[in-house]
Amino acid sequence: MDTMRDRFAPVVTRLLDEDPRVAVLLAEIGKDAFGEAIARHPDRVVNVGIREQLLVGAAAGMALTGLRPVVHTFASFLVERPFEQVKLDLGHQDTGAVLVSAAASFDWPAGGFTHMAPGDVALLDTLDGWTVHVPGHPDEAETLLRRAVAAGDDKVYVRLSVQSNRQGAALDGERFLTVREGRSGVVVAVGPVLDAVLAATEGLDTTVLYATTVRPFDAAGLRRATEAAGTDVVLVEPYLAGTSVAAVNDALADVPHRVLGLGVGRRELRRYGTFEEHAAAHGLDAHGLRERIGRFAGTPRRESARA
Amino acid sequence: MTITADGLRAYGYDDLPGLMSLMTGDEKHGPAATSTLDVLWVLYDRVLRVTPELRDDTGRDRFLLSKGHGPMAYYAVLAAKGFLPVDWLPGFGSYDSPLGHHPDRVLVPGAEIASGSLGHGLPIGVGSALGLRAQGLSGPAVWVLIGDAELDEGSNHEAIAFAGPAGLERLHTVVVDNSSASHALPGGIAARFEAAGWSAVTVDGRDHEALYAACTAAHPGRPHVVVARVEPKNA
Repeated sequence: MDTMRDRFAPVVTRLLDEDPRVAVLLAEIGKDAFGEAIARHPDRVVNVGIREQLLVGAAAGMALTGLRPVVHTFASFLVERPFEQVKLDLGHQDTGAVLVSAAASFDWPAGGFTHMAPGDVALLDTLDGWTVHVPGHPDEAETLLRRAVAAGDDKVYVRLSVQSNRQGAALDGERFLTVREGRSGVVVAVGPVLDAVLAATEGLDTTVLYATTVRPFDAAGLRRATEAAGTDVVLVEPYLAGTSVAAVNDALADVPHRVLGLGVGRRELRRYGTFEEHAAAHGLDAHGLRERIGRFAGTPRRESARA
Repeated sequence: MTITADGLRAYGYDDLPGLMSLMTGDEKHGPAATSTLDVLWVLYDRVLRVTPELRDDTGRDRFLLSKGHGPMAYYAVLAAKGFLPVDWLPGFGSYDSPLGHHPDRVLVPGAEIASGSLGHGLPIGVGSALGLRAQGLSGPAVWVLIGDAELDEGSNHEAIAFAGPAGLERLHTVVVDNSSASHALPGGIAARFEAAGWSAVTVDGRDHEALYAACTAAHPGRPHVVVARVEPKNA
């Protein structure tokens, strides 16, 4: 199967052909896939070299002249390294761009911690007005990329990963999908962790929601799910554990609830190896998820907490 | 100051200290507060093709004040040229004023960017020049004003090193050099830009004719920098 990133350049190349507002900014990474686009649109596909502050600053400048820049590199060099440019040149300047990252939390474990960005979504959470898409399949990536580019001058982050579910879902780019209905708790699976979550919750009487757009957070969808399934909520996110716990708490602020935030741990593993080994080390494989979700579901609420 | 036929005040260079006094409360201003004043005046009075009426026109010249510290001279020039009302000036820095100690493009009519954190203007200017070029708008010029110490920030060097080889002919930079960098750029400011393929001129930053000539010098195929030398900040 192709990857989300395999879809990225062809989709954006078509958008460049269709919409004269669209521009692409690169910092070396990913440029080979845009060869055809550079030949056809040399002024709208720009590789600035290994210069990530310029990458984001120049995107803001392009946007200020009316273009819709699509900016791409690895997540660690797109969000973390030029974070002040993301905060000021896009946010404070009151302009927008589509930031499309690759490599995610540990897509290339052999590359080590310098190429891992489990904190990207949490960092963007310190800023106002960002839409965050976390597709779980190449088809979903295509849908969400098109939606992101079409979103006026909004600030949109699209987090691509080599990890993928077996099948893509039909998305509206806003709401969570109900994948399974149960009566004992809600599990929210974000993007590419869905297959592992479904395997982990097999036989449990839980509702499973599938989230590919996490900001804004579909609070109404979560509340609806808790009406039948109760307010025990487990979040499974493919980035820093607990990133969306505050959003769950806000959604359920007026009802007693419990929430468990699962995701990538803070501790550096200092290991190389494979994606599967890292998922297991962070407890994000089906076995690790089942153990922790089962323990949470099996823990009765203390009476004082219910009062 | 002169009175125009329609009764509106037209402000000249000699009015700028008075306009600055509305913000500072001081009758006289030291070199630090006025380091950018002459460059700003020459640009807005004679070089930039932008007026309050054209401030949303796609064909306007863009002036990006990257060095947002000490913006009194900038606000004075914008007020003198009619971008913002003179009666906004006394509120400078207060809660209800649009005029902060660093400018905000959302609040200040005519301000192309918000600034304050150093080293953001030149990369944004590069993107503006790229964006205009991509839309076939070869007329508008992009100007970015930075300070000599602002060149400490590495982001500028990402922009300088890219803009030369990219041939961004419509990109212009003014470096107001008041010798405020603790560690002056080795080889000098103009040489840094020239090494990256820019056209460069160094002039007396108080000499209006010299500034005008430097700002309007031809520089085919290359971005252009004007290094405007003024009195040392700590002299």
